[in-house]
Amino acid sequence: MSAPYAQLFPALLPEAALSFGALTVIAVDLITGKKRSAPARLNTAVTLALGAIAAALYCTGTTARTGPVFGGILVLDALTCATRLGVLALTAFTLAITPGLHRLRHPAEYVAIILFAATGFTLMAAAHHLLIAFLALELASLSLYVLTGFDKNKPESAEAALKYFLFGGISAAFLLFGLSLLYGVTGALEFAAITRQLSAMPTHPLLIVALAMILVGFGFKAAAAPFHLWAPDVYEGAPITSAALIASASKLAGFTLFTRLLWTGLAPSVGTLVTAGSPAGWALLLALLSALSLLLGNLAALAQTNVRRLLAYSAIAHAGAMLLGVIAAGQAGPAPLLYYAFTYGLATIGAFGVIAVVDGAGSCKNLPDLAGLHRRSPLLAGCLLIFILSLAGIPPLAGFFGKFVVFAAALKLGGLTTSAGWLALLAIAMSAVGLYYYLLILKQALVAPPAPATHATIPVPALPAISLLLLAVLLVALGLFPSLILRLVN
Amino acid sequence: MNALPWTIYLSFAGATLALLAGTRAAAAARWVALLTALAGLGAGLFAAARFVPSRGLQTIVDLPWIPDLNLGIHYHLAADGISLTLIVLTGIAATAGILFSWNITERAGEFFALYLALIGGVYGVFLSADAFLLFVFYEIAIVPKYFLIAKWGSTQREYGAMKLVLFSFGGSALVLAGLLWAYAAGGGKSFALADLASVATHFTRTEQISMFGLVFLGFAILAGLFPLHTWAPTGHVAAPTAASMLLAGVVMKLGAYGCLRIALPLFPVGFAFWQSTLIALAVAGILYAGLIALVQDDLKFVIGYSSVSHMGFVLLGLAAANGQAVSGAVLQMFSHGIIAGLLFAVVGRMLYERTHTRQLAALRSLPLHRLMPFTSITFVIAGLASMGMPGFSGFPAELLILIGTWKTSPLAATFAAVGILIAAAFTLRVIQIAFFGTSEPTASSPRPHLSSSPNEPPALSTLTTTLASHPSYSPITWPERTGAVLLIAATLYAGLKPDILLSWITPALQSPLMQNVLKGGTP
Repeated sequence: MSAPYAQLFPALLPEAALSFGALTVIAVDLITGKKRSAPARLNTAVTLALGAIAAALYCTGTTARTGPVFGGILVLDALTCATRLGVLALTAFTLAITPGLHRLRHPAEYVAIILFAATGFTLMAAAHHLLIAFLALELASLSLYVLTGFDKNKPESAEAALKYFLFGGISAAFLLFGLSLLYGVTGALEFAAITRQLSAMPTHPLLIVALAMILVGFGFKAAAAPFHLWAPDVYEGAPITSAALIASASKLAGFTLFTRLLWTGLAPSVGTLVTAGSPAGWALLLALLSALSLLLGNLAALAQTNVRRLLAYSAIAHAGAMLLGVIAAGQAGPAPLLYYAFTYGLATIGAFGVIAVVDGAGSCKNLPDLAGLHRRSPLLAGCLLIFILSLAGIPPLAGFFGKFVVFAAALKLGGLTTSAGWLALLAIAMSAVGLYYYLLILKQALVAPPAPATHATIPVPALPAISLLLLAVLLVALGLFPSLILRLVN
Repeated sequence: MNALPWTIYLSFAGATLALLAGTRAAAAARWVALLTALAGLGAGLFAAARFVPSRGLQTIVDLPWIPDLNLGIHYHLAADGISLTLIVLTGIAATAGILFSWNITERAGEFFALYLALIGGVYGVFLSADAFLLFVFYEIAIVPKYFLIAKWGSTQREYGAMKLVLFSFGGSALVLAGLLWAYAAGGGKSFALADLASVATHFTRTEQISMFGLVFLGFAILAGLFPLHTWAPTGHVAAPTAASMLLAGVVMKLGAYGCLRIALPLFPVGFAFWQSTLIALAVAGILYAGLIALVQDDLKFVIGYSSVSHMGFVLLGLAAANGQAVSGAVLQMFSHGIIAGLLFAVVGRMLYERTHTRQLAALRSLPLHRLMPFTSITFVIAGLASMGMPGFSGFPAELLILIGTWKTSPLAATFAAVGILIAAAFTLRVIQIAFFGTSEPTASSPRPHLSSSPNEPPALSTLTTTLASHPSYSPITWPERTGAVLLIAATLYAGLKPDILLSWITPALQSPLMQNVLKGGTP
């Protein structure tokens, strides 16, 4: 590889800013933290981290979209840029709701690891090479395992982290095995070269194995059924902000990475979506994962009483819809998927943020713990209304347009002659089912009177209050003017 | 015409204002809501005064909204005589609804904010000429209903609210599926209704039949199509008075309007396939709901089922698909909106909030015509209008529908005419029992069904003695009087001079899209 390192530096400026920020957070805390209280240390760390993210955002915005960089291991295109902006924004919002957390014993380390995870996400957005992709994915995943187990006072947190780690480790092994088979078959690591090799050769039997193994890794990352088993426990046990990060920025980065891998690396083996006849490829497997996730997520969510487990099953259902977006990305481009994943992330962070604040003032485990939220904090109740309705896909909120554009793209692949068209119909039907459990949350928050013991109003710290409001405004604005995001990519 | 979009903007602005005002005082929120509704009505009437019906569908605003990805979505508002009729209806029903919820004090700001948001969505649907835009407004009108009913409602409110919203949302999912499919099958270029209609001519017969089925069924659920009407009675009964008035008065019209504006013109071939089924279902709904209304013990259930029966006439008119039947259907939408609103207002607000019972068996022993003369007279007038007496708006509407239907299917028209007789029967029955009952309980009077809560009310005899010894209820307040007079005036005006509304509606049927409807049906 003879390409100059000078080319690599500007391409990796956002990652550099984030890593530098993470080190600064730890260093500042090491020097000044000894005598200060945990909340004050957390505030300092969050402020510094937000600064680092702002720098990374600036670097992303000013990076030239030069296409392949450094011999093609990274690619700087509109999708990279948009995904980086998206994951950075989602990470910033996640950080901003952190002050709602209590019981955090090592705040600076927590914030620094969030930044490392974000570094992984931005790298995933740009990766165009199997090794880089795997490294970026593992950097993000390892950070997330740690973040999940960070609450040392709660055994559930440790349990969730262990479960997440074991599942994640196994699926990473599958993925790595699949990638090495792919390398063995094609002799190439860079996505574009893989495509060239694949289209020049007949279908290799090992390729099928490789594809299946790669999809296992993808399914885990996306929390798609049947690889979803970790999700409810992690969402329930992890510190709330960790769960929010896993559900939002991590998903967006994962979907971008795998969409790129599938559509630019493995495009020749996409196969067909028509259920009978011609040879099967990964598209049909994705369609299967999508259908399973839509059904399992929505139906299992109906039975949940724990708020966070409910959000986990709703996340699985949304993953099903996003997989549909991946299938449609070949023809419609990644814009619908990106819009869906980003706005879903916004709404989820918002919902977790509200739970974090309510949890800080007592406890927020089961649905009835939200009862009377409209009286305890009208601000939180109003914001929660927007977040949940957006998740449910009610216009004019962004969640509706995300569904709309993904389903439209899926139907445009060939109407009802392809399985994608039928999947879109299934997803539409399932969204009607979903409204039921979303309304159960809202019923508690907005209709039910507060429980006798919890009449006290809930204090909302300034930073979470501002970020929740901002999230709500963004969901309305992006729902009314979706072109703002669609134009970033197309 | 340019005044019409203000009905939408003012409603949403009013909703925000009412929410803010409600944090100070309930009265402030009320007045904001009333002024907003009046402004909407004013804008509608102002536009009506300058309306030139012969111009057909007139575009008011047309801006590119989401051009990306070949979606071709426009912010396109347009109106013709049909939209205008329904906008005026919405203005009247909204104003009256606020007058009849003058006594709401609990979380009044939120109540009126949700109420006005719903109204804004309804205005939006009636003005949209782009399928996407129409769908957005349609869904905006659905969600507030859940909270209005679940929070401020009465009998079994949480069940009624959830059932209603799930039925509505299920219906809108069908509509979305049908529209997206039509968009994709048509090459995926635009959501403008005119464009969709022109690409739909190239669809295969099977596609047309399935798409029509999805879209029509989705909308018709909200219009109370038999046998998917079951959300309507429970929802109406559970809802607070103003919400029942809006539900029956306006929201059910959204469904019928969606059928008329989207399903019928876009898929004429599919419509021809389903036409006889739809006529049969509409007639079945008229008769079935009428017969059920005949045996109800709860006054509000009687009105709930009568709404389904009357909406059956609207669907029958649409399904008969000729000029007279469709004009009659639109006129019936207007008429039923006013009359159902009045009936729900009398029963839910004027009567129930004073007697605290709606059970016919309990009301039978109260001489209501002496205790509450104004209420009784209002109910009698509303009942006469609901029966389709000449002089009220129901008469020309149902007459036109029957004449039109006779041309398509004499058999259906005959059965529907029997439905009018049944309507007269159940209306007279409740008037007689509820308002002109004896003052003494008879031994044969059945025990009341105290469905709301079985342990709370006292036994019938004690109830009667209590009421008889204190035969004075709080007087009818001015908002109630004003609201009742407004609605009675509207139904009388439309009944005595139906030609004004018809002069708006009939030219609207000349537009190319509507001609699709009239051609689609068998002549």
